[in-house]
Amino acid sequence: MKVIVDEVKCCGAGQCVLIAPEVFDQREDDGIVILLEPEPGADQHALVREAAAVCPAAAIEVSEGA
Amino acid sequence: MSLNEQVLSYPIPNDTALEPPAEWAELRGTCPVAHVKLPSGDQATLLTRYADVKQVLADPRFTRQLNAPDAARLSAEGGGVFNSEISTIIPDGGAEHQHWRRLVGKWFTAKRMAALRPSMTEIAERLIDDMVERGQPGDLKAGLGFPLPVYVICDMLGVPAADRDRFSYWSDTLLNLTRYTQAEIEAAQGEFFQYMSDHLAAKRAEPGEDLLSELIAVGGPEDGGLADIQILVTGMALLVAGHETTANMIGKMVSMLLADRSRWEALLADPSLIRTAVEETLRLDANSGFGLPRYLPEETEVSGTVLPRGTTVVCSMAAANRDESAFEDAAEMDLSRSPNPHLSFGAGAHSCLGQALARTELQVVLEVLLRRLPALELAVPVEELERVEGLAVGGLRTVPVRW
Ligand code: HEM
Ligand code: HEM
Ligand code: SF4
Repeated sequence: MKVIVDEVKCCGAGQCVLIAPEVFDQREDDGIVILLEPEPGADQHALVREAAAVCPAAAIEVSEGA
Repeated sequence: MSLNEQVLSYPIPNDTALEPPAEWAELRGTCPVAHVKLPSGDQATLLTRYADVKQVLADPRFTRQLNAPDAARLSAEGGGVFNSEISTIIPDGGAEHQHWRRLVGKWFTAKRMAALRPSMTEIAERLIDDMVERGQPGDLKAGLGFPLPVYVICDMLGVPAADRDRFSYWSDTLLNLTRYTQAEIEAAQGEFFQYMSDHLAAKRAEPGEDLLSELIAVGGPEDGGLADIQILVTGMALLVAGHETTANMIGKMVSMLLADRSRWEALLADPSLIRTAVEETLRLDANSGFGLPRYLPEETEVSGTVLPRGTTVVCSMAAANRDESAFEDAAEMDLSRSPNPHLSFGAGAHSCLGQALARTELQVVLEVLLRRLPALELAVPVEELERVEGLAVGGLRTVPVRW
């Protein structure tokens, strides 16, 4: 699984960090998403899919496979 | 006559506190772009399908310029929070809005909220102890739902929680679309404005560790900060926002979970369901308030219907959240539903800035209640729970409970 985040779209709502804190974080100075783990391990896949599905800004893209 | 031909009054009258009006399903099915009449008598266009509501909320062509001369007025007395001066001072869209979001957003990150969790838990425990001491039945709304978010936001803004009764009145006048006269609303806004100006002057003289002190410390627009008036309005907006919305949601969440006690028992048996249960009550909140109005300065299309310029659209997130095409068994409460992309906090660039805070507060309340008062139950039949009328943000009058 590969994850891409779009910092321009991100509105800093922090949903992704609440759901998958091992994969996402937020910048201290403005709350914008930081991708900690572009290729998360299998144990994180369900959480990452959930984070992508609920991100209010549609700023998280997940490509399966690989 | 079908819903297509008649002009529906909006908000749609609803007698039950926790169940949706029957019209939602019918509108989603047969009339997803419906004409409605607002309390002011002005016409608007109501959207109820998930895909439409989500698209419109995230689309910058649907603006928040509800003070445009031809925008629908929400109520005869003016629009409360929707048409207030306040809403025009904080930028509505584009780069300026994003700049504001990012300056304020750093205070609402998930990490900051995690750091606030222990103190929130302590406040919740203290409030529950006080409620228990006063004896049963108790009102969970007055005892816990209202005070908790107020303490938390007052702390973040560095304003004394002792002034909370005044904030309650001010925010009520801003959010209540029907109860107050224009003169009362203006007087309340004037007092609130003065209070916040004095507070900021005090912070300027003696800065603290709070959000407002730090916004002041960034400097003015030339230093990458906000103008004084914007800081002031941000303070007012956050107090109002941090107040009624979460306060009401705490009462509604607990009522929904106790309405069918097997839900409460499922949570007692497996507290790891707390997070998804909170989301599911946000999704199924049938009494979330007005919805979100947007104004169209140019002609635009939604679901194949052309909307002329000057149209005011009302997005019903609550109706959209029950759309069968977006959620399996949409009418059922599934405490483990995941993912749960409900629209209760809006969508897109304007979606709720305080959602990590609201979620954390709701999770903490539920966690502490399950732990401290496992025998909690409603002290009245569900049918007797009463809605508060007229608020932009819906809620229950009281939430009587036993334990
Ligand atoms: C469910 C609750 C809410 C509803 C229905 C709502 C609705 C609206 C609407 C319709 C506007 C646009 C008004 C206009 O431009 O004339 C607006 C603006 C605004 N609201 Fe809310 N709001 C809600 C909650 C909040 C909360 C909790 C806050 C917290 C601080 C807040 C802060 C603001 C701010 C700062 C603006 C102006 C910012 C901008 O336009 O980008 N609102 N709100
Ligand atoms: C359960 C509780 C809450 C609900 C259901 C809620 C709902 C909403 C909704 C629907 C909006 C979108 C308004 C729009 O698109 O025009 C909004 C905006 C906003 N909310 Fe909340 N809210 C809640 C709690 C809070 C809290 C606790 C805060 C912070 C103290 C907050 C701060 C804001 C702000 C600042 C905005 C404006 C964002 C912007 O314009 O960029 N909200 N809220
Ligand atoms: S959930 Fe989306 S909008 Fe929110 S911080 Fe994460 S990427 Fe940004």
